[in-house]
Amino acid sequence: MWLTANPQLDKKGQLHHLLTLEGLPAEILWQILDTAKSFVGTRVKKFPLLRGKSVFNVFFEPSTRTRTTFEIAAKRLSADVINLNINASSQSKGESLLDTVDNLSAMHADMFVVRHSESGAPHFIARHVAPDIHVINAGDGRHSHPTQGLLDMYTIRHYKKDFSNLRVAIVGDVLHSRVARSQIHALTTLGCPEIRVIGPKTLLPAHVEQLGVHVFHDMRQGLKDVDVVTMLRLQNERMQGSLLPSAQEFYKFYGLTGDKLAAARSDAIVLHPGPMNRGVEIDSSVADGKQSVILPQVTFGIAIRMAVMSIMAGNK
Amino acid sequence: MKIHIKGGRLIDPRSGVDAKKDVYIAAGKIVAIGDAPNGYTANRVIDAAGLVVCPGLVDLAARLREPGFEYLATLESEMEAAIAGGVTSLACPPDTDPPLDEPGLVEMLKFRAKNLNQARVYPIGALTQGLKGKRLTEMAELVDAGCVAFSQADAPFADTQVFYHALQYAATFGFPVWLRPQDPALAQHGVAHDGQVATRFGLPAIPVCAETVALSMILILARETGARVHLARLSSAEGVEMVRQAKRDKLPVTCDVAIHHAHLTEMDIGYFESNSRLDPPLRSQRDRDALRAALADGTVDALCSDHTPVDEDAKQLPFAEAEPGATGLELLLPLTLKWAEESKMTLALALARITSDPARVLGVDAGHLTTGHAADICIFDPERHWKIEPQALKSQGKNTPYIGLELKGKVRHTLVDGQVVYEF
Repeated sequence: MWLTANPQLDKKGQLHHLLTLEGLPAEILWQILDTAKSFVGTRVKKFPLLRGKSVFNVFFEPSTRTRTTFEIAAKRLSADVINLNINASSQSKGESLLDTVDNLSAMHADMFVVRHSESGAPHFIARHVAPDIHVINAGDGRHSHPTQGLLDMYTIRHYKKDFSNLRVAIVGDVLHSRVARSQIHALTTLGCPEIRVIGPKTLLPAHVEQLGVHVFHDMRQGLKDVDVVTMLRLQNERMQGSLLPSAQEFYKFYGLTGDKLAAARSDAIVLHPGPMNRGVEIDSSVADGKQSVILPQVTFGIAIRMAVMSIMAGNK
Repeated sequence: MKIHIKGGRLIDPRSGVDAKKDVYIAAGKIVAIGDAPNGYTANRVIDAAGLVVCPGLVDLAARLREPGFEYLATLESEMEAAIAGGVTSLACPPDTDPPLDEPGLVEMLKFRAKNLNQARVYPIGALTQGLKGKRLTEMAELVDAGCVAFSQADAPFADTQVFYHALQYAATFGFPVWLRPQDPALAQHGVAHDGQVATRFGLPAIPVCAETVALSMILILARETGARVHLARLSSAEGVEMVRQAKRDKLPVTCDVAIHHAHLTEMDIGYFESNSRLDPPLRSQRDRDALRAALADGTVDALCSDHTPVDEDAKQLPFAEAEPGATGLELLLPLTLKWAEESKMTLALALARITSDPARVLGVDAGHLTTGHAADICIFDPERHWKIEPQALKSQGKNTPYIGLELKGKVRHTLVDGQVVYEF
């Protein structure tokens, strides 16, 4: 009933906030991927595109890698970057999220890069910031991690050229994974014909097939003839309890070993959003092997974040 | 005070009357319907032409937030909301602070409500002390103080044995027990229906089995103990089907559905709209349709407002962190009319679900228009549109998924004991 206008787009249909990849038109995804490519292909270290702008990294949940790559990306675009670790400051003093957002808005930020442990928090923040402030979701709960999804698309495109003839498998803890959801939406939008999710029933969300994916519980069957394998990180707190008996048993069934990877196509690539649990979801020989594209993912991640920020800054 | 309600369309679901008839009131009671009694001269005539005259509404779940949560709402504000919504009798759940587990608290609530001289308040007593699920309350004392039934609200029992004993004890004296079927462990941390929206949005989910597992236990124990059980706020197609079967098996159970669940689905979460964060969660369209069908065929006995005023600050949060609940007293009538219109129900049948049927569940003399009985009456304009805006609501709770929308059906007069307590 309340599905009003897409909260990410401005009146001209241009990207104003990046909150999720769900519902974004393919043209915008291609635009981001193409722009990122121009940043990857250049030797220029610094661009003046965000000169005089301030980017606030507002992290309500700890992160090193994502925050750092956003910081590098913003600095390469000549922005001023302020890192705020909210966990450790105002929230523990009882300040409400709304008050925090109002205060940060009053500091004349141009862009908020937000990470939060609750699904939907960036939507909430986007609804409450001043209209000229852009919000970029850097990961919210189990919901979305759009720049990660985009850098994964960039990586896949880099190695596979085209999405229209691909089989992609996403393996592991899909239930709690914002990366999996972002990948699924992006792959669907970009025309990938076959997406598979592989995991035990305890780690797959209800009705996941309604997202347009095929469900497998047997990893070898699920990996058969795929072109791309994405391994998801298994959080420590999921490794024991009622979802899984142990990390070892998970590894036995769903850890990516060379033996299981052999079911995929011989030129299949292996992605992981990091940080990896070696010996839990992925074997070291695969993580460091020739099919792994895990380190290029990180490099492309900076270009993707530069692309998103520069496109938004240009959409006035 | 003698009041003559003139020229209205009188609908009394219990007697099946739906006709243009006048109502004559004297000394707080209805003295005649149709023709004036001999020598009757009214002090006041209410022109009800074009309006519907029906029994005052009976709401099975309205949180008044007293005692303990006066910052969320007060008895004054919520009783005003009740009469503005045409509600003349309401049951309030025991989840106050402290919970309604002692006669003194219940007497105080009854006393305060009575002094306001508005809607009648029927407290539901706590089934266990402090709602902790361990020790039974003094139920007979609580009944003497004014409780009409006993409930755990949304609090769990410590274990199944306490649950079993509570039902046995209540059954001994014929005290009704109201239970909300939700398995606490299965619903733990959940904030949305375990369906496509929770999957897409990555929201922690409450599966349907949280309702059906609890229901099956309740139904088994009700059968075993002979307790009279009312099932509060069903949310799923499977749950409704279990109740249908139980009723077929002649188990003396009744049940209700909250008004929002007869209209909305998980899709109404929109983009993480915290006004749609409700407990039980809004489920799928299939569930919503099953609830509507069960309301129509009488499997579901009553519609209730599930009125839950929530502080604005507690809603201005990301979806999962927001407090569940919505304001409802003033929306019960228009949303019931909307359901009737959309389901092509007669007005009389639809109104039964918010008047005579809930009165039967409560076991009180209310929800009907009968000569010689109290004149608790709602007079409303079925065609008048109004916009649901914070300033249009009397309740201190302004949070509802319907905020900003227009609904049809506006209460014009509410009478309790033959007194006009609300006029618009």
